[in-house]
Amino acid sequence: MRLDDLTTNNGEWMRGSGPESDIVISSRVRMARNLADFPFISRTTVQDRERIESILHERVALITSENELLYLDLSKLEKVDRQLLVERHLISREHAEAQGARSVAIDGSEKFSLMINEEDHLRIQVMQSGLDLDGVWEQINRIDDLIEEKVTYAFHERLGYLTACPTNVGTGMRVSVMLHLPALVITRQIDKVFRSLQKISLAVRGLYGEGSQAMGDFYQISNQMTLGLTESELIRRVSDIVPMIIDYERQARDFLVKESHENLHDRVSRAYGILRTAQTISSEETMHLLSSVRMGVNLGLINDLNIPAINQLFIRTQPAHLQKLTGSDMDTSDRNIERARFLRRYLNKENGSHGAAEHN
Amino acid sequence: MKCQNCDKPATFHITELTDGKPQELHLCEDHARQYLTESSGEPTPASGMAALAQQIAIGQTAEDLAQLDQQACPVCGITFFEFRSQGRLGCPHDYVCFQKQLEPLIVNIHGESEHVGKRPSRPAGGSEHRTQLIRLRRELKEAVDEERYERASQLHDEIQRIESEES
Ligand SMILES: [Zn+2]
Ligand SMILES: [Zn+2]
Repeated sequence: MRLDDLTTNNGEWMRGSGPESDIVISSRVRMARNLADFPFISRTTVQDRERIESILHERVALITSENELLYLDLSKLEKVDRQLLVERHLISREHAEAQGARSVAIDGSEKFSLMINEEDHLRIQVMQSGLDLDGVWEQINRIDDLIEEKVTYAFHERLGYLTACPTNVGTGMRVSVMLHLPALVITRQIDKVFRSLQKISLAVRGLYGEGSQAMGDFYQISNQMTLGLTESELIRRVSDIVPMIIDYERQARDFLVKESHENLHDRVSRAYGILRTAQTISSEETMHLLSSVRMGVNLGLINDLNIPAINQLFIRTQPAHLQKLTGSDMDTSDRNIERARFLRRYLNKENGSHGAAEHN
Repeated sequence: MKCQNCDKPATFHITELTDGKPQELHLCEDHARQYLTESSGEPTPASGMAALAQQIAIGQTAEDLAQLDQQACPVCGITFFEFRSQGRLGCPHDYVCFQKQLEPLIVNIHGESEHVGKRPSRPAGGSEHRTQLIRLRRELKEAVDEERYERASQLHDEIQRIESEES
């Protein structure tokens, strides 16, 4: 596998399958680990970072998977390629923009990625489409054990796994579920839901930002604390609350269908219409409209599109993906034109293939 | 349909659920955004670890804080001031040498101070032992820089010995 294959692949979390996948986009667990015999990243020398990279590279290569591992040296990658990996959630923005020796190993189906020399020496991440945190935990635990067989992680008898930032100490584990909650946004109940989540120490954030406004009505729910609970308890905390939010979202959708059907149908149809005909469109507007279309598909208001196809569009209309597609550096206005062209081609062809008889 | 607050087209149709009866609002993107953010009111807390770390300064006299800020980790050399301003620790030993200051911070973040989850299969003592390599490598570099070759050679041997204890 090569990096360029990623642009046309259907990554794991965009597959749109798995339990509750009409509302749950993906389940993800991330673990932070550090080697005991090196300083944390902020105090490393150039040589330290190179040694950490080569030690962990060697260990990571031992991980067996059904798919081939793609190993990328981020210090040698073009900016657009690093951004592509961020858009696919395979590396963090910080990892993309950092300096010095750093790398990532990605499994061919994009189910897991191992970031070396991120904020911690090693960040292991496993993702799965739909709601399946137990499955994800099983996989990440196996990978963690496999690496730990050969290296000594920084570990404290009482505090557990030691991390560069005290917010991650203990298990070093962040459990998160990404949800699509358009009906809760429309009915303005989303803030209420989030305030109650914060009371039980769960954090909420939008799809791409740190605390920024959620794009496309995607929200990520994760545990805030990492110490004082076992890994299974952390998984349980998040997975217990998700069905309740799913239920709220379903109720809000039912409400809209019953009480406000024309408005809802109108919103969905207009969104679809704009996406199929626009000549220039921003990333933000695209996300916003795709969100309505996605809900429309789930509610049976649009019948000639499926969820995996829409999930794909959320990613492939991002700046780096568009740039890779056209193969040239573009400014914002060129990109908006290119994005609209891509959407028209994709959505009108999608229809064409379903109604092929008409065109014969 | 026009936005009910201006002349732009209404692209947002918000259904207000409060007060029993559903109420429809038709707004342009800008007004909808304004509407949705106004009522969500709560100020965003100053985020990030650096902000949290700054809290350590609260309740300290200027003199005590100045003294605390100068304390440095014997292993990696980070000062408490550097941690406080960056919000990132310098090495695993910081959890030991700044324990007194970190403890309330950790309890503040996690509500707990004891790890109950997974443990490495090898004994934890080995981890602390290996952390000493950070100090030894730093001392070796200093010895070489200062042309103290006898000391450098001792350190080199000691580093090799500890490194080879691994696996
Ligand atoms: Zn307006
Ligand atoms: Zn230190």
